[in-house]
Amino acid sequence: MKKVYEKPVIVKVETGFMNKFGESPLYQRKVRTDIDGVSIDKLVEKYGSPLFVISEKKLREKYRNIYNAFASRYPNVQFGWSYKTNYLKAVCAVLHQEGAIAEVVSGFEYEKARKLGIEGKDIIFNGPHKRYEDLEIAVKEGAKIHIDHFDEIIDLEKIADKLKKTVKVAIRLNMDTGIRPQWSRFGFNLETGQALDAVKRIAQSGKLILNGLHAHIGTFILDPNAYAKEVEKMVKFAYEIEDNFGFKIEYIDIGGGLPSKNKLKGTYLPPDIAVPPVDEYAEKITDALYTNLRPGDFPKLILETGRAIVDEAEYLITTVFASKRLPDGRKAYICDAGVNLLFTAFWYKFNVEIDRKVYGVNEPSVLYGPLCMNIDIIDDGILLPPLERGTRLIFSPVGAYNNTQWMQFIEYRPNIVMIMEDGSVEVVREKEDLTDIERRERLPEKLKIR
Amino acid sequence: MNRLHQLAINDEGFIFDPLTGENFTVNRTGLFIINRLKEGKKEEEILQELIDEFNVSREVAERDLIDFLEKLKSYRII
Repeated sequence: MKKVYEKPVIVKVETGFMNKFGESPLYQRKVRTDIDGVSIDKLVEKYGSPLFVISEKKLREKYRNIYNAFASRYPNVQFGWSYKTNYLKAVCAVLHQEGAIAEVVSGFEYEKARKLGIEGKDIIFNGPHKRYEDLEIAVKEGAKIHIDHFDEIIDLEKIADKLKKTVKVAIRLNMDTGIRPQWSRFGFNLETGQALDAVKRIAQSGKLILNGLHAHIGTFILDPNAYAKEVEKMVKFAYEIEDNFGFKIEYIDIGGGLPSKNKLKGTYLPPDIAVPPVDEYAEKITDALYTNLRPGDFPKLILETGRAIVDEAEYLITTVFASKRLPDGRKAYICDAGVNLLFTAFWYKFNVEIDRKVYGVNEPSVLYGPLCMNIDIIDDGILLPPLERGTRLIFSPVGAYNNTQWMQFIEYRPNIVMIMEDGSVEVVREKEDLTDIERRERLPEKLKIR
Repeated sequence: MNRLHQLAINDEGFIFDPLTGENFTVNRTGLFIINRLKEGKKEEEILQELIDEFNVSREVAERDLIDFLEKLKSYRII
């Protein structure tokens, strides 16, 4: 009888390198044969590879977990779903069902939320680029408009005149919360007095009513204290406005920026250790509210958490298409999904799971995407056992920013499915074909090839 | 001189290179190939022996053999 075959492997024994956690290759190698009970094989067989897979169960769980962390500590909490993080209808619908209103940052996103059935009053309109015509619609429909700059104040005053109504608005603030680099491009700066000038301008014209404050201090914020600082400054500013201008600040929107359990490139610790639990954020934020709010005053606390809710609810299944050996000895795998689909690969090091148990020694490997572009690298340093052609790799978390920032570049975009709570699988975005790409192209008559 | 003859190779797949002081480990299949290279066998002969000895298709064995030889070259072992 013939002997059992194992791919030939040679590894250089290297000693003297730091490895604080001393991880065994056994633990580094992760196997995933299903998502929510649906086998990877069956998913790929039916819907192809690459394939984005969203878990409805996990999405709802994440939302409830984060919402409850705040709602159990403060009586007046509202979440706004950040459309730009993932505006697939199915994702938005799940989160709206859970109770989130919409948070949009462009006319396009506003239209998307309206078409999904969200009323204007349940839309927060953020962003630095709100066209006049978009603003006018938002005003008519009673959206929560968060003003980004003085030009927008002027536009809104014009609209108020035209529609002969006073318009409720909020202003966006930026401030020093200890986060570096400090985000200063959105809204009015608090420390320089610019924000106060904006309030004065709004009060003088009498056409707008200021009823909310908004700020967004950054993204992937790993220090809960930054939010405490933000809340303290916003509450103090709210009372300054109420005491001096007669406006009532009905809500304080502290933006988003909560991190997900993803691993930023260049960080040493695994995300389970580096990312503080959501309760820690909720505790700091609500503590800062209770410390600074006047007795009996509970303005609405709005959060626009995107990444922390959706990132871990989505996976990307990809297939090893080919392998090669690089001149420096590393093994390279060419996968059928690359940075065209995974925009966040530029700053994340994903969790990579294999669809089967693989025998053999781990060796330093590189994961390339399918693009004929040098930048198409998903992971440039990962220990993997020798992988057969056709092996499936499952990348996660990929729910945030990929389905909104992905590119139709060189390759078509694939199917996205959602595994529903009852275990059924629904296609929530069909894979593209040539007609999607060429639908808006026009070929001048004289250039037609006869 | 065949560079492979300079290496100290034990039966468990531990390799010491006295020229550079480097150590390597190979698995059973890797050792099988290295031993045959040491005997001066050609790629096609080794491939045939792999197929005869192990439960593996020609296609897979050929691809793996090419890859393994590339790796040995990157370590300057052959």
